[in-house]
Amino acid sequence: MNEPIQLVVNGTARAGTAEVRITLADFLREQLGLTGTHLGCEHGVCGACTVLLDGVAVRSCLMLAVQARGHEVTTVEGVAQGEELSPLQQAFRESHSFQCGFCTPGFVMSTVALLSENPTPDEDEIRETLSGNICRCTGYESIVNGVLLAAARLAETPSD
Amino acid sequence: MKLPLLEYHAPQTVEGVLDLLDEHGDEAKVIAGGQSLMPMMAMRLARPAQLIDINGVSTLGGIDEQGGVLAFGATTREREAERSRLVAERLPVLAEALPFIGHVSIRNRGTIGGSIAHADASAELPAIALITDAQIVVRSRRGERTIAADDFFVSHYTTTLSDDECLVEVRMPTGPSGAGWSFQEVARRPGDFALVGAIAMVALDEDAAIDRARICLFGVSDRPVRAAEVEAALAGATASLDAFDAAASDAAEYLEPASDMHGSSAYRRHLARVTVRRALTRAAQRAGAPL
Repeated sequence: MNEPIQLVVNGTARAGTAEVRITLADFLREQLGLTGTHLGCEHGVCGACTVLLDGVAVRSCLMLAVQARGHEVTTVEGVAQGEELSPLQQAFRESHSFQCGFCTPGFVMSTVALLSENPTPDEDEIRETLSGNICRCTGYESIVNGVLLAAARLAETPSD
Repeated sequence: MKLPLLEYHAPQTVEGVLDLLDEHGDEAKVIAGGQSLMPMMAMRLARPAQLIDINGVSTLGGIDEQGGVLAFGATTREREAERSRLVAERLPVLAEALPFIGHVSIRNRGTIGGSIAHADASAELPAIALITDAQIVVRSRRGERTIAADDFFVSHYTTTLSDDECLVEVRMPTGPSGAGWSFQEVARRPGDFALVGAIAMVALDEDAAIDRARICLFGVSDRPVRAAEVEAALAGATASLDAFDAAASDAAEYLEPASDMHGSSAYRRHLARVTVRRALTRAAQRAGAPL
């Protein structure tokens, strides 16, 4: 039986329906067409499906869509400012922080959460946070470099 | 992966949860953080027909100090406890253990009560419950009961929680005052379940001898275990590296950990000895022993 689901995604109120057993990840992708959220392992190990739930990073494969009712979800589609990459995305691009790109949405969302909590993380803190995301291409060095570059640039930018 | 077909309930009150558990019994499963239950359902290791989501029960959240005890409501997130000043001050061993659980995004959802009710023998929080002599508060339509952690854990994923009961609170005593604690774990990768872990508490008397010691091991049996005989033998002894080395050998000697793809029984027994020695030594140092 389908359940009605209303929630806010990337700042916009959205509505849909889903069976109880549908995960938030599948709901985002299949009902809302937000295919930027990727599914790797589907049991909470790889981190590719990471989204923000009320501002904190969660694995969207480990939540039911019905559990997100009334909550605010941010996906990778909500990170860029229009056509312009966010400073973090730009730093990832310049640092070659991805190769095939499959894991990238999860790394981006984990990093968005990290930088919102801790705008000046050191390398250990970055590695600790990103230990929950698996990448099979880069060897991680360039991803850590991308986060460091983004954090350095954000530190230079006066906040308003 | 699709989960099994199931019905979903999101009651707003504890009474609502208990009514549903009373009605559905072993057909139902309570979900809090879901960080273990969701993968288990995905892999068909769990197939509840009814899912009772307690996240909407506002009275089940929060961390309270109640006279030498920290009380964690059933939906208190691991991350909330990890960042709690109260936990850091009153129960530093819990604060030390929490970062070993999964990853930040897991701890943002995962709950203290859920991990304890799930009772994975390699998990950190059941062991913390056992070494702190925690009390597990459970409720059903039949009433409330409080279960000592040692009486709660039975075997792999098995507790003395009845089908109609819901864990509502975990009460962890913070004492004894002045004690030192240490949490040690060895895992293949950060965030994995432990191969073996050990937790120790050491309290010294006025003459800097050991007044009381506690040792808990996890990942070595079908539930977390206390090394009660070794604890008793340490009481009254001088805190020394030799004493802790001998205690660690004794604690590990009779363990019969299972072998699996992650490590052999002999390797786990070796790790038990190493982690107990480290935990006792660090705990004694933190209690003020000059080691």
